[in-house]
Amino acid sequence: MATQAEALPAPRVVSWWSTLVDWLTTVDHKKIGIMYVAGALFFLAVGGIEALAIRVQLAGPERAFLHPQTYNEMLTMHGTTMIFLAAMPILAGLGNYFVPLMIGARDMAFPRLNALGLWLFILGSILLYLSFFSGGAPDAGWFAYAPLTTKTYSPHKGMDFWILGLMVTGIASIAGSINFIVTILNMRAPGVKLNRMPVFVWTMLVTSFLIVFAFPSLTVAQVLLFLDRNFGTGFYAAEVGATPILWQHLFWFFGHPEVYIVVLPAFGMVSEIIPVFSRKPIFGYTALVYATVAIGFISFTVWAHHMFAVGLPPVVAYAFGAASMIIAVPTAIKIFNWIFTMWKGSLRLTTAMLFAISFVAMFVIGGLSGIMLATVPVDWQLTDTYFVVAHFHYTLFGGVLLSVLAACYYWFPKMFGRKLDERWGKVHWLLTFVGFNLTFLPMHWLGLDGMPRRIATYGAGLGWDLLNFIATVGAFTIAAGTAIFILNIVVSLRKGEPAGDNPWEGWTLEWATSSPPPAHNFDGLPPVRSRRPLWDAEKKRVLTPDEVRALSTPDEHVHLPPPSVWPLVVAAGITAIAAGLIYTMFVAVIGVLIFLAGVVGWIQQEGYH
Amino acid sequence: MTAHVEKHGTTLGLDHRKLGFWTFLASEAVFFMSLIVVFIIYSGRSTEGPGQELLNIPLTAFNTFVLLTSSLAMVLTIDAARRGNQRGLKFWLLMTILMGAFFVGVQIYEYRKLIHEGLTLTSNLFGMTFYTLTGFHGAHVTFGVLWLIATYIKALQGKFGPDNYIPLDVAGLYWHFVDLVWVFIFPIVYLIRW
Repeated sequence: MATQAEALPAPRVVSWWSTLVDWLTTVDHKKIGIMYVAGALFFLAVGGIEALAIRVQLAGPERAFLHPQTYNEMLTMHGTTMIFLAAMPILAGLGNYFVPLMIGARDMAFPRLNALGLWLFILGSILLYLSFFSGGAPDAGWFAYAPLTTKTYSPHKGMDFWILGLMVTGIASIAGSINFIVTILNMRAPGVKLNRMPVFVWTMLVTSFLIVFAFPSLTVAQVLLFLDRNFGTGFYAAEVGATPILWQHLFWFFGHPEVYIVVLPAFGMVSEIIPVFSRKPIFGYTALVYATVAIGFISFTVWAHHMFAVGLPPVVAYAFGAASMIIAVPTAIKIFNWIFTMWKGSLRLTTAMLFAISFVAMFVIGGLSGIMLATVPVDWQLTDTYFVVAHFHYTLFGGVLLSVLAACYYWFPKMFGRKLDERWGKVHWLLTFVGFNLTFLPMHWLGLDGMPRRIATYGAGLGWDLLNFIATVGAFTIAAGTAIFILNIVVSLRKGEPAGDNPWEGWTLEWATSSPPPAHNFDGLPPVRSRRPLWDAEKKRVLTPDEVRALSTPDEHVHLPPPSVWPLVVAAGITAIAAGLIYTMFVAVIGVLIFLAGVVGWIQQEGYH
Repeated sequence: MTAHVEKHGTTLGLDHRKLGFWTFLASEAVFFMSLIVVFIIYSGRSTEGPGQELLNIPLTAFNTFVLLTSSLAMVLTIDAARRGNQRGLKFWLLMTILMGAFFVGVQIYEYRKLIHEGLTLTSNLFGMTFYTLTGFHGAHVTFGVLWLIATYIKALQGKFGPDNYIPLDVAGLYWHFVDLVWVFIFPIVYLIRW
């Protein structure tokens, strides 16, 4: 256990092979969390490169950098990648790493199921990206509106990869959510009552429920689409009496909760970061938690606000518009929670805090443009324009990504024992913040000027040239910031300032153990009597690591589950089945055999029950 | 996780596996709900081909009766396990399996007959929604039968008793859920005249 002054212990010399086997068979929630985050950051970069390609194409009028078909593929894969392969797994990864630590648990409730989720995410993502080498990537948008997705309009196999790749990662999300729900409800250390849980844990709980209830709708939509494309049915074909609008209902019944699935944990992260760097407890914890739960419920009643332009009956449209405005109320409550937490606090403007504050400001802009779009006649005017693109990038980039970056700077020291460099971190923040606004702020005006989204190019002389060029400059500014971030990670992993147990003087339980934590997380836990277990109310400061250790009761019952290769085998089987459904049944049969072998091995493995 | 931790270490006093499985069933419920909604939305919208009139209601009503009775057998299986009655456990588990297999068998017979009479997956909207809804349910029953057979093999080895019946309990939750879904499907697909 390293203290502040000491250097970190040198890593033991192990062969690369045993290291590889260790990571491939691990059931440790921390290693699984790191792999989730690493995979998600990789796909964040890939999705970012796709975005740059789009911005190069749109930098000026009538450019021919991308063929329109390639543009459609880039657009589709950018959205799909950012939502399913970057945002969701990075939240699952940080949740995986920190939820057990924050509630004082040794691991997740189902360690092998946890590993299964990771491998399904990674293999499903690879399957989706194999489409680029198999005739073409998905090209009908991440929302995949019927009938654009039918064989007539998307004849190559790209959409089949989209369907099955996302089904595989969807199984991962549901498995992960079940694990989070059971872990959070059932594995809290003594004293960690529901109303003492860190807000991040609360948001992971609500998000997990949203995933459990929202994903099946997407799965059904995808199953029907797969049948339409490959087995001659016509669930979305108007010519047999069906309605293509069914897709939009099924998709957005999933798709709108999905927005909150990715943004709620982001809310949770800033709710941890802002108090610590304001030296004040979170303002209005109870209101914040109730607002989170309220958002969870209301998020299932607003899906048709994506569909105002399809010709809904006016009463239906206004009802959904009203529900969408109501959801602004609990969201605004949270904004005030964060502002009043900072009010009269002694702020420390670390990189994490800068990202967190920027999140609050940017998310307000995204929320306000959301209320504008929830107004039905306004939506009729602005739907399918760049105003919508501006809106959801302020919520997803300004909301999710900025808070995830804040969390990276905040939790990196706990995960790796060293801090990320703060000076380069601030350069990263500045470039990201400026670049983000350069890219997306002009899109509001472009949208009001009538520039349609999803198109591969636009004519000259429409007055859109300058704003588009500014947006492209902004995108490359973000890319420069991201390059600095990646370099910062690489360098700080080896040479960063040693962090010690509690570098930011945080008060939640993840700071009550060493950095990085041992395999069993805690040697013992301090008593939990409040929402801030590491806060010393008398001395009005955070307990030092030595004081924490002195207060902790050592736990003798340490039983860690053995490593297991079976999650990887089962995931490989499921992915092979999915691949077989696209390519050839022979592969699917092999997949079934691998899957069955994996299940038998899983059940027979000793050391679990 | 050792058995010790499983039993005494949970915050809610509820076994992890049961809590997790309930959550999974919640997800499954939305899955079937979506399929049922699609069936209802498309009911009566077929532009051609055969419809509900082909369905053999008495046969399926009897099949429904068998499936629901299998849930009773599953309850008696778990009850026997909790009492340590190994013979009863094996008998009722076997009964559950047989009734489940019977249900699947009748469904296969029904499908063959309907296809012969001209209703296929691609005939019309009724065929599409009928086969996807009942097909996904049938696949769930089939998976349940396989699961129960695997459980039966373990029961023959004497693995279950008053101290270890949670795996049976979880299999039972799944079985009851699949039955419950059928309780919705049967009237909506077979009885209501759309």
